[in-house]
Amino acid sequence: MTDLPSGTDKKLGLLIDLDICVGCHGCVTSCKEWNSTDDNLPLSDFDSYGEAPDGIFLNRVHGYETDDGISSQTVHFPRSCLHCEQPECVTVCPTGASYKRQEDGIVLVNPETCIGCKLCSWACPYGAREYDHKQGIMKKCTLCVDRIYNEELEEEDRKPACVLACPTSARLFGDFSDPQSDVSILSEKRGGVALMDNLGYKPVNRYLPPRKKHITSEQNSKNNANLQRFSDLKPSNGNSKLENFFSWLDQKLS
Amino acid sequence: MCYFWFLVKIHLVILFKQEKLNSNRLIKNDLALSEGNAEMAKAGYKQPEIELSKSISDEIKTTTCYMCACRCGIKVYLKDNKVKYIEGNRDHPVNKGVLCGKGAAGIMQHYSPARLKAPLKRVGPRGSGEFEEISWDEALTLATSWLSEIRNNDPRKMALFTGRDQSQALTGWWASQFGTPNFAAHGGFCSVNMAAAGLHTFGGSFWEFGEPDWDLTEYFMLWGVAEDHASNPIKKAIGKLKKRGVKITVINPIRTGYGAVADEWIGIKPGTDGLFAGALIHQLLVNQAVDIDYLQRYTNATWLVINSPGAEDLGLIARDDEGNPLAYDIVESSLVNANQKSSNHALHGEYTLPNGRNATPSFSLIANRFLSEEYSPKSVSIKTGVAAETIIRIADELAKTAFEKERRIEQEWTDWNGVQHSEFIGRPVSMHAMRGISAHSNGFNSCRIIHYLQILLGAIDCPGGFRYKPPFPKAVPPALRPAGKLEDVRPGEPMPGAPLGFVTSPSDLLVDHEGNALRIDNAYSWEAPFSAHGLMHMVIHNAANQKPYNLELLFLYMANMGWNSSMDIPETLNNLTKINPETGEYAIPRIIYSDAYYSETIAYADLILPDTTYLERWDAISLLDRPISEPNAAIDAIRNPVVKPDRDVRPFQTVLIELGARLGLPGMINNDGSPKYTDYADYITNHERGNGIGTLAGWRGEDGDQVGVGSPNQDQLKRYQENNCFFSNAVPSNARYFKHANRSYLKWAKSQGFINSTKPIIFELYNEALQKFRLSADGKFEPKVPRLHQKRISSYFDPIAFWYPTLEESKLNGERYRFHAISQRPMHMYHSWGSQNAWLRQISNSNKLYMNRKRGAELDLKDDDWIEVSSHIGKVLCQVKLMSGCQIDTVWTWNAIGKRAGAWGLNKKSPEFRKGFLLNHLISTLLPEKEGGFHYSNSDPITGQAAWYDLKVHIQKAKSSNNQRSEPYFLPIAANIKRK
Repeated sequence: MTDLPSGTDKKLGLLIDLDICVGCHGCVTSCKEWNSTDDNLPLSDFDSYGEAPDGIFLNRVHGYETDDGISSQTVHFPRSCLHCEQPECVTVCPTGASYKRQEDGIVLVNPETCIGCKLCSWACPYGAREYDHKQGIMKKCTLCVDRIYNEELEEEDRKPACVLACPTSARLFGDFSDPQSDVSILSEKRGGVALMDNLGYKPVNRYLPPRKKHITSEQNSKNNANLQRFSDLKPSNGNSKLENFFSWLDQKLS
Repeated sequence: MCYFWFLVKIHLVILFKQEKLNSNRLIKNDLALSEGNAEMAKAGYKQPEIELSKSISDEIKTTTCYMCACRCGIKVYLKDNKVKYIEGNRDHPVNKGVLCGKGAAGIMQHYSPARLKAPLKRVGPRGSGEFEEISWDEALTLATSWLSEIRNNDPRKMALFTGRDQSQALTGWWASQFGTPNFAAHGGFCSVNMAAAGLHTFGGSFWEFGEPDWDLTEYFMLWGVAEDHASNPIKKAIGKLKKRGVKITVINPIRTGYGAVADEWIGIKPGTDGLFAGALIHQLLVNQAVDIDYLQRYTNATWLVINSPGAEDLGLIARDDEGNPLAYDIVESSLVNANQKSSNHALHGEYTLPNGRNATPSFSLIANRFLSEEYSPKSVSIKTGVAAETIIRIADELAKTAFEKERRIEQEWTDWNGVQHSEFIGRPVSMHAMRGISAHSNGFNSCRIIHYLQILLGAIDCPGGFRYKPPFPKAVPPALRPAGKLEDVRPGEPMPGAPLGFVTSPSDLLVDHEGNALRIDNAYSWEAPFSAHGLMHMVIHNAANQKPYNLELLFLYMANMGWNSSMDIPETLNNLTKINPETGEYAIPRIIYSDAYYSETIAYADLILPDTTYLERWDAISLLDRPISEPNAAIDAIRNPVVKPDRDVRPFQTVLIELGARLGLPGMINNDGSPKYTDYADYITNHERGNGIGTLAGWRGEDGDQVGVGSPNQDQLKRYQENNCFFSNAVPSNARYFKHANRSYLKWAKSQGFINSTKPIIFELYNEALQKFRLSADGKFEPKVPRLHQKRISSYFDPIAFWYPTLEESKLNGERYRFHAISQRPMHMYHSWGSQNAWLRQISNSNKLYMNRKRGAELDLKDDDWIEVSSHIGKVLCQVKLMSGCQIDTVWTWNAIGKRAGAWGLNKKSPEFRKGFLLNHLISTLLPEKEGGFHYSNSDPITGQAAWYDLKVHIQKAKSSNNQRSEPYFLPIAANIKRK
């Protein structure tokens, strides 16, 4: 099957902040759009205006609730290729079409040698690969390899389309092999998680978990029942609330 | 947190199943065994050469997005003169490069198969979808003949209503030149309660009128926001706030999108937000956490209100001989001009006026109301579903933030009174609110209570608070009265003013001598006196039923009134096809409609004027209309055609200008009768509203060197194109806060034509105009309220904001209709446009009714069960989905995904028809019972805002579970178009 490089010079990937993803799908359609600019190999759509519209997306956002109890949270979870260090989707490829780039670690599919056998999508535990049955080849996130080095684009635009589009800046792009990179520093600080790490594929992408929040009003109110109140001035000498307030006003104005 | 990741994993397993990969697990495991060979494999590593610097365009043009109302800057990549790729423009002030799910799918809107191709004339009956293509000349000749006859007989019989129109400065002016008062856009559905409440309270409002001071705020409250609104700016801001660790509290019955990332979600019962805000005020007053100085400086809290029971002028403001409001100076012990602001002015107490009457500072009345038990956290808790402890805690958080975390900016500035200050000092609590507050029949008052909360905290236009965006603030309310009185409408003549404006007294109403409405939608009548945006939802109903009178022609633009932009769709479709027995003609004899797509409404129009897409047109996002300003700059923008239409369609605005010229409307023809403007671009450049003020503020004057005011510049649009399609005019640095009372700001704003005077803008906590209506209902103010409407005006026109239960609910049997039912649009869809979009409809193509899990269990419902949802007027059959983040007595769904078969270029078996549904079918146009003999619309009694969030429903499991199709079922509409 297909060989991996013995190591990669960089580990380019995405740092996705689940704490601020609002699930707008900006990354989803931006990705679809950029990766459909190649007239010969767009991300196909099937039955676009019909009864079962379907198509290829290299990035999808799933919204779900973590549980139904008092600590329930709504989470938006963007899902795309994690550009694993040990990508089994590559090693299972019978033709060498799937490969991991030695210079930056990006996992790609060569459309010229892909035979559409789907072994790679079976191997990927993250559901990150999608089979384009119109073109008979496998598609996956390229980390916009045709943007990030693209000399036709201005320097600032040499980032994946999803990262540029994200309105809440929930997506960062960088080199995880460099401990001084923004993504490494933030991942370290916020406890970035490698998804299903126990499977051993060593995903490069990291997810920042939602930060602790006031889960529900009720719980929070109970937890904070003993907090010091804003005002301890409340005189309660039998006056009505209105009388108390007016006497405070008189103090303030005199 | 471990538990969270466990759930992520569970979820991924579910995804596997969706991807149909689960059957291959065995193979995968086999392959995993081969890992031991990895070392050997590395030796043979090779990778192909790939193209890294592909070029996708031969030209890039900038313009403004129109995939929603947000108006982000975009860059459009063109290849061979075709749209190839659209991305956010990082040099644009609205989005600074980002783009949402809709914006990035704009390319598919442009290539939609639903796009109209040429003008159409109806040849079959209405609703049949039988049309023939005609030429533009024939279409415009026909339209002109219809319109001209009406104009020469009775211009009132033509109504022009536009949907999410971004050219209301043109369309409103056009209606006025035609001579009809019957003009409005979609604000009556959407947000007029917000706009009117804000403009009648502090001369601004949310969204286009103002925004939180995102960089400095320390606490953000988000009330009832539809997530597709102000989309990217709010998302960007939420990202910023989260990074700074600023607390975000979301008040919304549903926890999705913004609610999901908020620090605290308060799942309130729909329609009770005003009560919750009132309880926060109660608690702030109890805690003595009110900015007294702010109230004295900037509001009418000190103004004396006549308080003698039975007085003819009870509740009016006590004034001196010059008409100045009076205050009581506690040091001088005398009545003084309240406009000479002083910290000695009393805020409570009872004082005797020279005429012997008693008067009390308005603040005393306000404190009295909100300190009553009605607004105590305990009594509010049951109605709102928010625990009393939560209310008390949130009030504390607000107080602590406002008074213990002051934000100061060193900057010398001068207030309107000439007093010098060395810094701007602010209370960093900010808020944003939208349709969840607005689309209720108590929305005007609820929104006013939210503004009270902001004002009592001293948090409007200060560092860290809520900030105006120029041209706001304006006078309270803006100095523009609606035209359309009896004498304003004459055959063949323009009206003397604009159709939409602000009412300050019963004498401003558009009613006849008997008190009947003069507008077709009853706007500015006793039914809806402050209806600043009109009542679009009543136009078809009223015209078809000839109440208050009949229309000859209904002219609609970009408003899907035959589907998701009407309440009670079955009734609306009946009205569109209703025959007048006296004439044998349709009750609405002519309907002209302009849109770019084959929507549900097309089949009901007689003449279709096909519009272009947003990429093929000129547009002005004008300071006269709905600009894209920021607190620190007045900003306007344009769209420009980045491609030419490939079909026989024309931009509606250009068509309107040509129709105006054909009709000979003043302002649209030269002295010799020839057309004054060749197209909309010519109009944008050369039209002047007077005094050098035109559609766009940038590069005015012959040489383009003037800002705001100046003669037309023939190169103006070119300058915009060169500047990313916008113009930004910075507010001077000493004028950036306290704009309502900042001398430098008021002078600057006057120089730009935003306001007429440099007088300070005083916040009207106490609204005397509302009291005038109440006096009029008591027979003490002219004109008097007709007997029919007295009870309603007396009940709801309170000069001090208050909460009351929503109207429909208070008339229904609460036991039967147990659930509140509301809808919201997903962030990736806007209006009805999304479903024709090949990419967006892959994300959402059918909707379910979401319900709290506990209630679902009680009703023995599980996910995907078919349920019957009934209101007092109808029934919907749909599928249910259970969730936790939903207020327990609320059900909701995504709006405008349900479609009618035959529309939008979709296959007739599409899920949008089979499984999609609308709640609109359940929303009544009118209130359930006659109130004093008058059948009121289902609207806010002050503003006429459509109360479509007031819906209450009953839910039960569907009797037959075999049903696989949502109901009501509508026959597919055809598109039988005879091509030229």
